[in-house]
Amino acid sequence: MNNEDKLKEIFSSSLGIKLDDIKENLKYHSIPQWDSIAHMTLVAAIDDAFGTMLDTDDVINLSSFDKAKEILKKYGVDF
Amino acid sequence: MSREKYNMSQYLKTIFDKKPYEIATNEKDDLLLREMNELHEFHSKNCKEYKSICRALGISEGEFNSLKEFPMLPVSIFKELDIKSIKDEDVVRILYSSGTTSMKKSKIYLDAMTSANQTKALTTIVNDFIGKNRIPMIIVDSRSTITNKNNFSARAAGIVGMLTFGKDYFYLLKDDDTLDITGLEVFLDKYGSQPIIIFGFTFMVWKYLYQELIKTKNSQVKINLKDKLNNAVLIHSGGWKKLLNEKVDNITFKNILKEELGIKKVHNFYGMVEQVGSVFMECEEGYFHTSNFSEVLIRNHLDWSVEENGKEGIIEVISVLPQSYPGNVLLTEDIGVIHGVDDCKCKRMGKYFTVKGRVEKAEVRGCSDTYELKEVQNYV
Repeated sequence: MNNEDKLKEIFSSSLGIKLDDIKENLKYHSIPQWDSIAHMTLVAAIDDAFGTMLDTDDVINLSSFDKAKEILKKYGVDF
Repeated sequence: MSREKYNMSQYLKTIFDKKPYEIATNEKDDLLLREMNELHEFHSKNCKEYKSICRALGISEGEFNSLKEFPMLPVSIFKELDIKSIKDEDVVRILYSSGTTSMKKSKIYLDAMTSANQTKALTTIVNDFIGKNRIPMIIVDSRSTITNKNNFSARAAGIVGMLTFGKDYFYLLKDDDTLDITGLEVFLDKYGSQPIIIFGFTFMVWKYLYQELIKTKNSQVKINLKDKLNNAVLIHSGGWKKLLNEKVDNITFKNILKEELGIKKVHNFYGMVEQVGSVFMECEEGYFHTSNFSEVLIRNHLDWSVEENGKEGIIEVISVLPQSYPGNVLLTEDIGVIHGVDDCKCKRMGKYFTVKGRVEKAEVRGCSDTYELKEVQNYV
């Protein structure tokens, strides 16, 4: 599985939404499922899957699917 | 020309770009004054209630020359009135204050920008005390407090706001509000003696992390709590009312947590649902500090003049964060005293102060009378 698909799987399972519903511009708070609590579940799942340790700035900047990729690139994850 | 949305001004950009406690008061007052004048103009144009209040208070149009001139709204106004400076469709979140069912609750309307700025400000402030790295976190509450979506309280909002700073969360209470001793042992076996963060509401920390835990400690807890909590940082908030009834003040609170549980770093913070984000953190010296985002003035309760440092009075809080509602300048119901400016031993700039307690009921009524709230409502 490439990293894009891996990240989609994480979004899908953490937020409880279908894979098809994950678009580049999917935004934090734009759907009821992606609330503040689910956000931290998502962050934990990303850290587990990619072996990263996002800092607090990353956590608040992770405001869309696209942004998640951008942050992970900073940690050396290729997309 | 009426601006429909508030844009991030150059002043606010500067405020966010600097470290939260690095601007000396002279420079900060100037930045805040400019930003506050923009906000005052914006709310006057976009919130008819705010405009009416200013008119009722006899405030003429135009700019203010100092922070003390801005109209103070009593915090209770958000219980009485539904006020916001944005369109209904721009509301992304509504915050409610805690309060018993018989009491009216404050209702605070947030748009995306205000909400994001609150989160950013809180992060900048708390990071200054604990660093940017997320560390294992104990929450002195139950998980059900935040997962019950039908009753999302101010307590829940406070906890969720703090989750950003932690990882591998452990909730000290089970859903029936009893201690999860086994869970605590597992957590501390794994992380104990490393830096961990503990967050909870002041009375919850006192009741459960101290009173209940100490009661069960000798009989049930097999691990040495003092060793394991040696590097813990406790952050708590929510007020002292319940503890003061038990004659527990901040100094007693900190001494007991240190002696009984080994927790040496304890930071209280003073904040309110009407100004989320720009919290006043307690420094290592035991004082609350203003940050880049906020200012504090102490008011005489008879003539509302600004008290000099060292004198007690009613606390007025100023925050540049509220854009979606006119909550920038609030008269609280708390008594406090400013101890100094820019020269705290902790090296942080800004004013540092302590909170002495709540205003007596009669005085609160005095506040409302002075502000002629009823008349204001008639205007609205």
